[in-house]
Amino acid sequence: LRKNVEDFTGPRERSDLGFVTFDITADILNGKKCMVFFLTCIHLQSIFDWNVKQLFLYLSAEYSTKNNALNQVVLWDKIMLRGDNPRLSLKDMKSKYFFFDDGNGLKGNRNITLTLSWNVVPNAGILPLVTGSGHVSVPFPDTYETTKSY
Amino acid sequence: AVAVAAAMLSLDFLDDVRRMNKRQLYYQVLNFGMIVSSALMIWKGLMVVTGSESPIVVVLSGSMEPAFHRGDLLFLTNRIEDPIRVGEIVVFRIEGREIPIVHRVLKIHEKQNGDIKFLTKGDNNAVDDRGLYKQGQHWLEKKDVVGRARGFVPYIGIVTILMNDYPKFKYAVLFLLGLFVLVHRE
Repeated sequence: LRKNVEDFTGPRERSDLGFVTFDITADILNGKKCMVFFLTCIHLQSIFDWNVKQLFLYLSAEYSTKNNALNQVVLWDKIMLRGDNPRLSLKDMKSKYFFFDDGNGLKGNRNITLTLSWNVVPNAGILPLVTGSGHVSVPFPDTYETTKSY
Repeated sequence: AVAVAAAMLSLDFLDDVRRMNKRQLYYQVLNFGMIVSSALMIWKGLMVVTGSESPIVVVLSGSMEPAFHRGDLLFLTNRIEDPIRVGEIVVFRIEGREIPIVHRVLKIHEKQNGDIKFLTKGDNNAVDDRGLYKQGQHWLEKKDVVGRARGFVPYIGIVTILMNDYPKFKYAVLFLLGLFVLVHRE
């Protein structure tokens, strides 16, 4: 089920972060669970200075349900060391971690926001968490999928 | 020959001590007490400012590599105004276990009233921490948290690990420090 295609870019003061295209395919296998596929092209530059040892990137989904006012689930993460290729072009990625809800709050949930963030790990010093600008909203359908189709 | 040299050195120390009169000796002892009290005050002050019962911790395992290695020092805060969010590095204790664990928050579910339950995972581990929690425990709560890692310095904590693993080393260091402070003329 292709749900959403969005296109946006976001510059930050310390880096150029470009989010190019975003495909989301969501399959709800049972009341709580869903698999999310996505296509993203990320470009991280000039964050890596002499004191940055690595970036811990993670894609998180944030949403609200009847049971819980705020839910945040990390769907995918990656460690990027200084010296690694700063351009990420990821196509058709499956989520790394199961997107379980605490309850049945995903069905018919119109507003799941996916954002990319990263934890800057320095050689020594402060550990900031930075959220990339730009995000994508994903709605989930009202019905469950009964067949496995991922 | 080594034994003789050591004996001569210790005699030197004793001579120094004997040369000091009683008042100087009491002064040195007070000095020593002041240093210990100041250290304690600084530690307690840090606890108040950061809100954490243990504002500085040493990383003991390799489960957060390559970000943190054994022996790295972490500076924590645990302010109630800072909500727990995914991606943060938390130091938590599992009920019944003494040793705190340093891992990253993977999932949170927070209720309207602020009650929060969350799941953690070490960067270097393949699976999340459910296997580490207490039997029947699926989530962590605010009360399990010692603090959130805000900054770090590498390597320095190795001294603490050495002192833990080799208690003789710890006693030797403390003994030498005490001796130095007591005997030093200034």
